Amino acid sequence: MRALIVDDSRAMRLVIRRILGELGVPAEEAADGAQALDLLGGGVTPDVALVDWNMPGMTGVELVQAVRADPRFAGLRIMMVTSETGADRIQEALACGADEYLMKPFTPDVLREKLNLLTNSEV
Amino acid sequence: MALAVDDFAFVQALVRRKAAIVLDPGKEYLVESRLLPLARSEGFASIAGLLDDLRKNPHNGLNRRVVQAMTTNETAFFRDGHPFEILRTTVIPEVMEHKRSTRRIDIWSAACSSGQEAVSIGMTLKEHFPQLVGWTVRILCTDLSTDMLARCRAGRYSQLEVNRGLPASLLVKHFRNEGIEWVASSDLRRMMECKELNLAEAWPVLPRFDVVFMRNVMIYFDVETKRSILRRLRSVMRPGGWLFLGGAETTLNLDDAWQRTPVGRSVVYRSP
Repeated sequence: MRALIVDDSRAMRLVIRRILGELGVPAEEAADGAQALDLLGGGVTPDVALVDWNMPGMTGVELVQAVRADPRFAGLRIMMVTSETGADRIQEALACGADEYLMKPFTPDVLREKLNLLTNSEV
Repeated sequence: MALAVDDFAFVQALVRRKAAIVLDPGKEYLVESRLLPLARSEGFASIAGLLDDLRKNPHNGLNRRVVQAMTTNETAFFRDGHPFEILRTTVIPEVMEHKRSTRRIDIWSAACSSGQEAVSIGMTLKEHFPQLVGWTVRILCTDLSTDMLARCRAGRYSQLEVNRGLPASLLVKHFRNEGIEWVASSDLRRMMECKELNLAEAWPVLPRFDVVFMRNVMIYFDVETKRSILRRLRSVMRPGGWLFLGGAETTLNLDDAWQRTPVGRSVVYRSP
């Protein structure tokens, strides 16, 4: 499994990358939606994308919509990883094409469990 | 301050006597982590102070709170995944066939903790068996801890708890958020009946269960208590009823009347 972390917070990208590293999941990083789309369009082929909601420029949900509109990325599983915690937000993200939703803060175990749910596998 | 040897021995004896829980040497850290918050909430400066008071006044209800604090309440929605998959693919279809005349299903979530297991069972039924509309489905939730039962009854969970094991699609379908907490739907909570029950002591009159979840409970008991529980379980289950145990638990060499039934990679036990 390979992951793409999309979050404007360098500290959060580092935390997630470190947890993924301990799970044996290599990860690429993008600081915003545009950079994420550049990476995906440029040949980076992750299995899962972990996407923050509130980012400068394109929001995480707008990024999800853009990815879902492009058939090249049809196999990509997307999980929102965000401090947005309302039921309406979760419904909106799922309706826009996100596959899973993880509310911050979370523990390494919770991220692992959600990744397993997302990919139907064991990391 | 480290736990004194005689304080650990006192707690060991208390939980053995009251709940048949075996605390092996080396579990001093567990006693410290569980009893320090209780000691502080009861107004003691240390665990030693709490236990001194308990020795002097053994009947003031504090012993019950100590035993409750020592019981393990680790749980999660859809814990381990496969039991709920087996429930969906194998168990409920058989139970529905068996109970088609009475249209009543009795399930027991034994040592239910804060209720995530029972809620997960309820969601499995709601999601995959719409034909159960018009049936009576009861999920009896029992635990030793009155604190846990109160949480189970309220069906109220923290963000951290709903993050664990619960797909987001089910979260928004079966829960509503109130501030930073999430509350299970009244439909799910109506299926659940929460009662205090100490598995190691005498049981009240119970229904004839079709399905029992008793997962990751017996690992804490001594062999005699395990045997007694498995024997009594047979008497409260209908013939052919389904028992789910934890991954490290078995009926083998404890009560061989149970029929070990492999399903996929897992094992379920059926009552004789």
